[in-house]
Amino acid sequence: MANLKELASRKELLTGGHRMCPGCGAPIIVRQILLASKDPVVVVAATGCLEVSTTIFPYTAWNVPYLHNAFENAGATLSGVEAAYSAFKKKGKISQHVNFIAFGGDGGTYDIGLQSLSGALERGHDLLYVCYNNEAYMNTGVQRSGATPKGANTTTEPAGKVRQGKVEWRKDLTEIVAAHGIPYVAQSIAGNWADLTKKAEKAFSIRGPKFMNVLQPCRLGWGYKPEDTLNIARLAVESCVWPLYEVENGVYKVNSKPKAKKPAADFLKTQERFRHLFKPGNEQLLIEIQTEVDRRWEALVAKEPAVRTGA
Amino acid sequence: MAKVVARTGNEAMAEAMRQINPDVVAAYPITPATEIVMIFAKYVADGLVDTNYVAVESEHSAMSACVGAAAAGARVMTGTSSQGLALMYEILPIAAALRLPIVLSDVNRALSGPINIHCDHSDTMAARDFGWLQIFSENSQEAYDGLIQAVRIAEDPRVHLPAMVTTDGFIISHCLDKIELLEDSEVKEFIGPERKAPNSLLNLEKPVSIGLLDLQDYYFEHRLPVAEAMRGAKKVILEVADEFAKKFGRKYGLCEAYKLEDAEHVVVALGSTCGTAKVVVDELRSKGVRAGLLKIRVFRPFPGEEIAAALAKAKTVAVLDRSDSWSAQGGQVFTEVRSVMFDLPVKPKIINFIYGLGGREIDQGQIRQVYDCLQKVEKQPLVQYLGVRE
Repeated sequence: MANLKELASRKELLTGGHRMCPGCGAPIIVRQILLASKDPVVVVAATGCLEVSTTIFPYTAWNVPYLHNAFENAGATLSGVEAAYSAFKKKGKISQHVNFIAFGGDGGTYDIGLQSLSGALERGHDLLYVCYNNEAYMNTGVQRSGATPKGANTTTEPAGKVRQGKVEWRKDLTEIVAAHGIPYVAQSIAGNWADLTKKAEKAFSIRGPKFMNVLQPCRLGWGYKPEDTLNIARLAVESCVWPLYEVENGVYKVNSKPKAKKPAADFLKTQERFRHLFKPGNEQLLIEIQTEVDRRWEALVAKEPAVRTGA
Repeated sequence: MAKVVARTGNEAMAEAMRQINPDVVAAYPITPATEIVMIFAKYVADGLVDTNYVAVESEHSAMSACVGAAAAGARVMTGTSSQGLALMYEILPIAAALRLPIVLSDVNRALSGPINIHCDHSDTMAARDFGWLQIFSENSQEAYDGLIQAVRIAEDPRVHLPAMVTTDGFIISHCLDKIELLEDSEVKEFIGPERKAPNSLLNLEKPVSIGLLDLQDYYFEHRLPVAEAMRGAKKVILEVADEFAKKFGRKYGLCEAYKLEDAEHVVVALGSTCGTAKVVVDELRSKGVRAGLLKIRVFRPFPGEEIAAALAKAKTVAVLDRSDSWSAQGGQVFTEVRSVMFDLPVKPKIINFIYGLGGREIDQGQIRQVYDCLQKVEKQPLVQYLGVRE
């Protein structure tokens, strides 16, 4: 894989000067994934923070062909682009390999865009769908999504006198996508460039549908200082709240197994959205969250093939 | 040498699609349009077309994929009906605003609910303000010819707008009709070998950003060109129709005037009903009634001036709407036709009949009744329902 020096020397395909918040993890994810492509890329973005902040007419931050259609249809829209490319390639009108990438937030991916994504994966288009997952509808002001974790405070499922933020567990989209049986599925974070670019490089080397679910701390919606974005993402991995793993042709590999697993509370307490969980009376909820994190982690590790040791 | 064959409306449209041989078709099944996609899928399976056929999981994704493929420079087609078109509604104005010449076959079917699979025009009418050209067909021949012409019209640089060509569900889509087919080579030559799209997403040397956030300082200016292109499309539609007539002998306009020259009592209608109305006009003419018919073939762009001119000499006019506005001054066709007649120096008396919802039969008797009403027009309400039980 490309080293940091090499990546830094490549042309920036998402320029600076866009309107994303200071400390936002999304452009870090996008830049690192684009840098990992040796071939030309064509990007489709779902409606969301990334889309509105990088393309306010008459400006665009994209140095690659870019299309925005609507909120829930990045999967289908990119399917169409890829279908046109395939048709042209068959007719000999284009020969160069192109990496087709969709970027959607968790709202546009877990919720309103799930059908469109599922259809694109099932049809086998040669594309990479990247969910920059900040665990709520941040663009419209921190509303809950299917990706919002239990206990998080959002504007549509707020913490109050009798409710402690989101009541439900988040859905496990990575597993839903893996169940499609596509060649490559991965989880990564903003905050581990080596993991992210390595996975993107691998995705680009594989033909067919690929999916990456990348955790993106959001300083506005999660409530922390802009400079803490990457550290918070790393804490999510160190506490096993957001494991780094990949599923390649059905084979699971957990990429990072913390030697000393940090308590989930270490991750939760860094963010305003979980502050109410640390008030007296919510001890049981914290235990429930830790128990669920442990359960999901163990279930994930159990999916790895048994490693043969010794002779 | 023209080949005369028997084809249903769906078969005729599928045949046109085979001859057009688009780069991409993205479609989803829905009664009564399903057959178009089924026939086309068989063409794909048999290698009769080069098309990359994307069997999407919904009409929303069908139109979304069409937008993606068209933005990538492809010649793109799809087909649907009713709920399917309604599921596309969100994306239809995006296709128009991005100036993507997608061509869609819409087999008219009533919108739910209650759920119904038969013909009315409510699906197309609800899409009338989305920036799509709308061409109605009286029969399979018109559907076939209309679809071929639509590719040329939509892709004309003066237009660059998406177009839908409609047939009446079951009445045209499933009824055998005698039609004349063009040779494959004639269609290919008429529409041109490929779509020209210099600013496509796949122009990798010159990256473009398409579909930007356009706020209060630019949006208005970016919407107006759609209106200008739509108005300008009238000229292009007529040019394409002229060329088609010269080459293949069948002449089309924005509207069709049937025995209007000296007509006192005129019915205005769209689609297959016009065929029935022509029979009634002939019958009334033989009895000395100066009856006439104005068929609106192109509803978008709306041929307002042409309609006003065609109706200027009439004494009475009845507009037949196969859809309702549920409280406006009559159906959608009526409100627009009546509006363009407002400035006529001598205004004919104009009334509206809403008929045929959910596939309710429209027959010669009912159309005769409309002409009867026109002959005693003073006693008629502005808007009435035709063929409905009390």
